[in-house]
Amino acid sequence: METNAISRRNFLRVSGVAGTALCLGFYSSASAKEEQLIHAADAEKAGVQMNAWINIDTNGKVTLTDHRAEMGQGSYQSVPQIIAEELEVDMKDINIIFAQGDNKKYGSQITGGSSTIRGSYKNLLKLSASAREMLIAAAAAKWTVPASECYAESGNVIHKPSGKKFHYGELVTDASKLEAPKDVHLKKVSEYKLIRKPLNRQDTPLKTNGQAIFGLDKKLPGMLYAAVERCPRQRGIVKSFDDSATKKIPGVKHVFKVQMAVFNTTREGVAVVADSTWAAIEGKKALRVEWDDSGFDHVNTADIFKKHNELVQTQEGLPVKTQGDPDGALKQASKTLDVTYQTPYQSHSAMEPLNCVAHYQSDKVEIWGPIQAPDWIQADISGRLKIPQEKVIVNMTFLGGGFGRKAFMDYPHEAVMISKEIGGPVQVVWTREDDMTQGPYRAGVTYRCQGALENGGISALKFKTAGQNIGHWQGGKTDKGNDSISEGFLAPYYKSIKNISFSDVPYEMPLPNMWWRSVYASTNGFAIESFLNEMAIAAGKDQLDFRRQYLNDDRCQKLIDKMEEVSGWKSREKNSGYGVAITECFSSTVGQVVKVSRKSNGGIKIDHVWAVMDCGWYVNPDIIKAQVEGSVVMALGAATTHEITFKDGLVEQKNFYSYQMPRMSDVPVVDVYVMDNDADAGGVGEPGLPPFTPALTDAIFDLTGKRIRKLPFNMNAV
Amino acid sequence: MITVTVNGQRHDIDADPNMPLLWAIRDILGLTGTKYGCGAAQCGACTVHLNGESIRSCCTKLSRAAGQQIVTIEGLSANNNHPLQLAWNEMNVPQCGYCQSGQLMSAAVLLRENPNPTDQDIDDAMSGNICRCGTYQRIRAAIHRAAELAKEGAKS
Repeated sequence: METNAISRRNFLRVSGVAGTALCLGFYSSASAKEEQLIHAADAEKAGVQMNAWINIDTNGKVTLTDHRAEMGQGSYQSVPQIIAEELEVDMKDINIIFAQGDNKKYGSQITGGSSTIRGSYKNLLKLSASAREMLIAAAAAKWTVPASECYAESGNVIHKPSGKKFHYGELVTDASKLEAPKDVHLKKVSEYKLIRKPLNRQDTPLKTNGQAIFGLDKKLPGMLYAAVERCPRQRGIVKSFDDSATKKIPGVKHVFKVQMAVFNTTREGVAVVADSTWAAIEGKKALRVEWDDSGFDHVNTADIFKKHNELVQTQEGLPVKTQGDPDGALKQASKTLDVTYQTPYQSHSAMEPLNCVAHYQSDKVEIWGPIQAPDWIQADISGRLKIPQEKVIVNMTFLGGGFGRKAFMDYPHEAVMISKEIGGPVQVVWTREDDMTQGPYRAGVTYRCQGALENGGISALKFKTAGQNIGHWQGGKTDKGNDSISEGFLAPYYKSIKNISFSDVPYEMPLPNMWWRSVYASTNGFAIESFLNEMAIAAGKDQLDFRRQYLNDDRCQKLIDKMEEVSGWKSREKNSGYGVAITECFSSTVGQVVKVSRKSNGGIKIDHVWAVMDCGWYVNPDIIKAQVEGSVVMALGAATTHEITFKDGLVEQKNFYSYQMPRMSDVPVVDVYVMDNDADAGGVGEPGLPPFTPALTDAIFDLTGKRIRKLPFNMNAV
Repeated sequence: MITVTVNGQRHDIDADPNMPLLWAIRDILGLTGTKYGCGAAQCGACTVHLNGESIRSCCTKLSRAAGQQIVTIEGLSANNNHPLQLAWNEMNVPQCGYCQSGQLMSAAVLLRENPNPTDQDIDDAMSGNICRCGTYQRIRAAIHRAAELAKEGAKS
């Protein structure tokens, strides 16, 4: 039984103005390390901002304010599932509303880093259990019986000896006058009735009958539609434009130059505002814009990677992590490997292209859209337009995929600027081509991997990268190495391998880049884990045994055992190839075994993927499985078809015909297993992605003897 | 004025006959369940039925729908109870959900034409629909499940 002490001095007695609902939330107290539980009325009285997590009304209905975005990862289901467990209510009695952007109130709202559950579950459990105890106390007082004789179930408090019952709705008024309990008992994992159960997602019905409102579905009275012609080389300014053909298109109402901020850079475009999306898109097509992009390199992909290769061979990297003396060990070793891995630029290409509705009014601005970071947008717009933060209202809709791209703040800013210009509400629609050619992208990275073997074991690992750093592009320092280049590398390796270094040669480019699902682990994982497989094979070891030898950690050992068991590793079929990889990402570890075979036409087919996820404490195993299944598909596209290439500074891929998505017939069977333990919760939405590609290419090596070190590669031409 | 019947309801639409049906449905009729994904008949998010056949509404002119019967996701069933919708809910198919209207509309034609589809039949029929979240494995399983549900429904 876990007990949580909450400092009482942070609670204020509730005044009569509390109203009839029980409304509890957390707030960040300057004097206390942990966030503090508080009543809504107290928060108001004390002038502190509360993150209004739950509100129970006199009908017993619970309203939960979800401060994070729902972009497919399942927070819409997993957050209420946590609350229902400790509050003892039925899932159907919980109504979820998306919070507006407000950093002071909710803390960070960025839905990224697979952080929603792992960042908030402890508070959610405490909050729900506290509300339950207050309702029990209110009932006990009404009956004048000891609270210990009462328990809560399905939105009722029941007096055990007499069977008397109060519905929560009958208790909220009294409960709202009570102090929150000092200590609250949380259930043991074995006592969970809802958590760890594969409950159906609450958003599915809305997503099967067209009722879910995504950004593009938001409509306002009198709203116009805009499409924007932006610089095809992303950076540059409008020299001149000819809108004579555009203005002849029926429905086109305004054409003007618009600016959009992308971190510390400004981009320009020409906006066409019309009374339908189609008229706006047609009007944009008819524009003739002359651009001045003379200040920026007109880059070519081949040159980028040529330069990367040169840098990793000739330059010392800026040190990121070093232990022992890898250079010395490499010199002395009886056997060394020195190879280079390469990963391409990638587009996020969420199914819902970027879009945003903005309504600029004289004293405020309101925004609706598929948004991963409403609080960032609020702060950004407030600063750029000099509008008080509370007058910038940012509403999240459902997101038709995000993957990091919708944490950017450019598209809402542009929408606000257009609304301001026309003096009314507008929806800015990015075409698929805009979405694909404007970036930002996952940056291409080149890895030089060196390893030393001594007496059949690893004596040194040395990884050096060249590529763009997301932080640098946002305006960070360029004289610092990218400390994310070791993401994905498992911590136990630092204990079992004496000499390790990671270093980075920054290579600055004018190309915009941004987080992409699982961020650096998505590319690091490929290089690092592929290289460890090369080392295992050079040492004459089985890849799973090799990891068992170096990952001396109980959770890792159990994960490896599970991988071995579920994949039938010890009785691998002949004429098939098997590959392995294990990576860490956002505090979760995922291991995958991939099995491949030859197709009759000579290409490679993936027969099976076994994925084992250790994310510690978790909520809904079916959502975890779905996230890993989807991560594998996204990784498959990234490994085998996807590459954004630049020719004379122009992006060559425009739409799905040149950026081919995996389709149903391409997708292997994925079996997902979730490890059971009570360790701190890790992320779920992203960690399933990084291990797939190194496991796949390892399986291909097992089958063909060919090691793939450059992505993407063609499965039909291995 | 172009007259179109959408989900059994007659609409007189005053718009350019060249406007893609997708934008007429979304912007003029306000039925937003049909999605824009690519504008190039590549992804299937905009799939609707024209006289019972799947079409890509992003590349179908409004004029082609004149006098025709259109069904969108909003009209697939009265209460979200088409066997496919039931199976989608039972098997938790959607993640972000953006492509799922199109997936369901494509699958509905498949099931009508082929009440017992094999995996290969499903792969072939659904090859025009992209899901970036990668829910394909569940879509395939849910179509099989819907086929069962349809048979159970027919018996009862």
